[in-house]
Amino acid sequence: MTAVSIADAIRSAHQEIMRADERVILLGEDVETGGVFRITEGLLDEFGPQRVFDTPLAESGFVGAAIGAALAGMRPIVEIQFVDFILPAINQLISEAAKMRYRSIGEWSVPMVVRSPYGGGVHGGLYHSQCFEALFAHVPGLKVVMPATPADAKALLHTAVADPDPVIFLEHKRSYRLIKDEVPEPLPEVPIGKAIVRRDGDDVAIIATGLMVHESLAAAEQLAGEGVDCLVLDLRSIAPLDRDAIIDAVQRTGKVVITHEDHLTGGIAGEVAAIIAADAFEHLDGPIKRVAGPDVPAMGYHPNFEKAFIPDAERIAAAARDLAAY
Amino acid sequence: MATLTMPQLGETVTEGTVLRWLKQPNDHIDLDEPLVEIDTEKVNVEIPSPFAGTLAAILVPEGETVPVGTPLAEIAGAEEAAPAAPAPTAKLAPKPAAPPPPQAPPITSKAAPKTAPKTAVRPGGDRPRVLSPVVARLAAEHGIDPATLAGTGAGGRVTKKDVLAAIETGPAAAPAPAPAAAQRAGDVATPLSPMRRAIAEHMLRSKRSAPHAWLVIETDVTGLVRARQALKDSFREREGVDLSYLAFVSKVVTQALRDFPPINSTWDGDQLYERGDVNLGFAVDVPDGLIVPVVKQADRMSVAALAHAIADVAARARAGRLKLDEVQGGTFTIDNTGTFGTTLSAPIINQPQVAILTTEAIVKRPVVVDDDAIAVRSMQNLCCSFDHRALDGAIAARFTARVKALLEAIGPDTAIY
Amino acid sequence: MTTAGKPNAARKQPPVRKPRSPRGKQAQRAAEIHPQFDLSNQALVDLWYKMVLARRIAERWFILNRQGRAPFVITGQGHEATQVGTAAALTPGKDWAVPYYRDIGVVLVLGMTPYELMLNVFAKADDPNSGGRQMPTHWSHRDLRIVSGSSVVATQVPIAAGVAWAAKLRGEDSVTVAYLGEGSTNQGDFHEGLNFASVQRLPLIVVVENNGYAITEQQEKEMAIQDVADRAAAYGIPGVVVDGNDLLEVYRTMQWAVHQARTGHGPTLLEAKTYRTVPHSSDDDDRRYRTREELELWLKRDPIDRFRKLLIDDGVLTDEHAEQLLNDATEEIRAAQAQAEDRADPDPATLLDHLFGSPA
Repeated sequence: MTAVSIADAIRSAHQEIMRADERVILLGEDVETGGVFRITEGLLDEFGPQRVFDTPLAESGFVGAAIGAALAGMRPIVEIQFVDFILPAINQLISEAAKMRYRSIGEWSVPMVVRSPYGGGVHGGLYHSQCFEALFAHVPGLKVVMPATPADAKALLHTAVADPDPVIFLEHKRSYRLIKDEVPEPLPEVPIGKAIVRRDGDDVAIIATGLMVHESLAAAEQLAGEGVDCLVLDLRSIAPLDRDAIIDAVQRTGKVVITHEDHLTGGIAGEVAAIIAADAFEHLDGPIKRVAGPDVPAMGYHPNFEKAFIPDAERIAAAARDLAAY
Repeated sequence: MATLTMPQLGETVTEGTVLRWLKQPNDHIDLDEPLVEIDTEKVNVEIPSPFAGTLAAILVPEGETVPVGTPLAEIAGAEEAAPAAPAPTAKLAPKPAAPPPPQAPPITSKAAPKTAPKTAVRPGGDRPRVLSPVVARLAAEHGIDPATLAGTGAGGRVTKKDVLAAIETGPAAAPAPAPAAAQRAGDVATPLSPMRRAIAEHMLRSKRSAPHAWLVIETDVTGLVRARQALKDSFREREGVDLSYLAFVSKVVTQALRDFPPINSTWDGDQLYERGDVNLGFAVDVPDGLIVPVVKQADRMSVAALAHAIADVAARARAGRLKLDEVQGGTFTIDNTGTFGTTLSAPIINQPQVAILTTEAIVKRPVVVDDDAIAVRSMQNLCCSFDHRALDGAIAARFTARVKALLEAIGPDTAIY
Repeated sequence: MTTAGKPNAARKQPPVRKPRSPRGKQAQRAAEIHPQFDLSNQALVDLWYKMVLARRIAERWFILNRQGRAPFVITGQGHEATQVGTAAALTPGKDWAVPYYRDIGVVLVLGMTPYELMLNVFAKADDPNSGGRQMPTHWSHRDLRIVSGSSVVATQVPIAAGVAWAAKLRGEDSVTVAYLGEGSTNQGDFHEGLNFASVQRLPLIVVVENNGYAITEQQEKEMAIQDVADRAAAYGIPGVVVDGNDLLEVYRTMQWAVHQARTGHGPTLLEAKTYRTVPHSSDDDDRRYRTREELELWLKRDPIDRFRKLLIDDGVLTDEHAEQLLNDATEEIRAAQAQAEDRADPDPATLLDHLFGSPA
């Protein structure tokens, strides 16, 4: 097997899914020519303009249209060019998509996947670098996933499209070509709501999301040289969270660092910490630490701002090291 | 805009409770004007404002307990009272982790706290003292007293791994002890006062962290007794205070400490500091428990001056009117347990000091004197506990022997001024 | 404090909203295409009865509200010709509708029964719209292809575009209708939805029930144009104005729009000028913002009375028959109410139901 990038894995997932299910359509800005990250390259040629097409530059309008199409029997995949631009569609997502099944006592549902690149470190400035997973995780009725590896990206897209409800599918844009790994065949299924232990250890658990999984693995590697054995838990799903896996990680170690690139305050780490405090309290052997993006509006453009913003392996290692010594 | 923070009111104090704001927002504050009343485990004090200006904002409401260093108030138009903290008098710079001593001018303490404190337990920052939930649970499940374990965590904290190791290697775990005896008929339950808690924590920490070694030396203080007898009435008349035995003992202890500097040390974290000043602490029993006021630079004082100083801090300790800097910075502690008639005591070292001396009751006993005659002499035991991490038996014994020698040398010609 | 019966003195006195005749080439063209009606006499009488039912149900609801039996009602008395006339041009169960909260007439024509409407106002567990989860008149009925709507206005326009798009992709010859008030046409979603639909030439009709008020705001506060239909020009689609109180004109024009949509000619924006003769909702007092004189002017153009007169003049209906039908309506509604009011309330234990479905 050869190593595949996350970008290629997501593209090939589209191909497999669209070949297998005629109801699946793909829409978004610039998707016909492959999109700004060239994720959808070649799909127009294979599936034609009926199933792969460019939308007007109006996120609320085309997300609303995708909701309507889903209601009427299609399985739309919507690409939002940058998650920063999903905000105009928030009303459609929260007022309509998230509530459709609930408000119609199960009569209507919105089997739709909204894919979007998130995160910084690519000179994206304030409006091409944000992370909004916690925003969506706060909305019951939406599911939120953040795959960290090519295999997970591919498997989770299969799962998300098959899901009968709206799924927000967040892809770290820096990971698209940075993270390469083998994608097994046949691809094991990855359910929504299941985390995975990427590295075992019994001193400190690092619970991470998206690209932070890789920073956490690097931190764990560094600490291993210092005699500190870290467990790295990749959440994969932000909503719903895998409570059992979180509690298991705490039971194994007693000490937890939770890390994400999203802002600290109101970030998903707070929710994970609350789960631990409520359900794993008697396994705690130290304070719960969070390593997250700062509470500034968004990431600055200059690399200095990016570096200062993004929690990296060093910062995660420092927190884990402190905890190990606690 | 200047910020008033919760001062560290004593070495072991990690938090304080805002009892009462004496000023309200927009009030003008003079430099050193009492601004807020703070209750700690040890003292209840009014904090004089280190700044002149206008109280812009109260950040911690009355009744709330916050860690040392927490901003308490913002003062607008503030001018700093003093340029900087006074240079430390120790030979070495203070350890960086320790917050600088509050630069506030002397603080007048009020009566000892009478009300029960807030019971909120806070992890003590970088020096945690609490048992973590998992340690508490595992220890309870396996009948282990965490206090008996040597902690490998930060600040000696007992970690989960410490407990797991004890479960693994220790003797077959004793059956879990019966739950603490519940209150029976006729018992009186007393909630722990802040001072009681502080003492308990302080003593436990000392016993847990410092391997105590102990020695006793018998001293013939007949000369001292006679000298004091001869001087005490006129001294009292002249000076207005008693010429106490303790003053003489203190004097010779400071001399002995000068001769054996390692005894005049503190063990802070992983560092041992030989302290430049001799600051003597005296254990004083007070209604709520025990307090150890400190007489600074005692080695520079005469017996008479020591008599005054000791009487003064003891009286004010009992009245709850100690100043903040009079309960911190001690380098050695003397406990005059003999007052109560004891002849042998095993004192617990007052952390972070490395040794403590008790002076036991003076009793007349027949002893064999130099010419093999039997004489009735006034005898006193000196007991010394020392931290075997910092000191070995030889130096501790030589130090105590020096105290003995100096005490025995006291006679009618000994200068008290 | 405002004086009851008079508009707030501090408000600029708005112009009296007067009925206006249809105008524009599109309306003329509509009339040209369908000079004849394809409705039988019985069908015409049935449409009148549907208007009567819609009116009487709304009136009954206000009584139930004032009696404390229905916490909140929001209706559209005066809109009946627009609602019944547009819905009558659809094929129930085949065409899709995303109505808004005044559309009692629309859902009645599409097949919702007075009993179901009564379940809805009482928020009963059996209410097919939402089982007591939504406020009343937030319609949903899957079998009738009535798509669930929210309280947020204009979101249904992109959604309806999406429904129309899916139908087109699947090769259905259905049309989709989104309903909304003129105030909602200021929302971005109205424009984004129409734009999407026009780019894709989707079988979508957007019906604007222009009653001149967005709750209390007169149209001149809402937009600087007189006809919402003018907005169609921005999307290159027909914008048609009709007299919303003239059932046959509404029906005829809607029939044309449906024909356009079904034959691949894309969307139409249909604006029906009408008037709400009741407050915005049971929580509103319309005397704060409009005069009784204006109301009187519109009551004279009552769509139900107008159509009754037309049917009687043409010999399709007699006064006796009309009175009989009015009694029938009253009876039908009374029976529906009695039946619905006894039904079970929603069980709080079902609070968590229908959050997510299970994967197929």
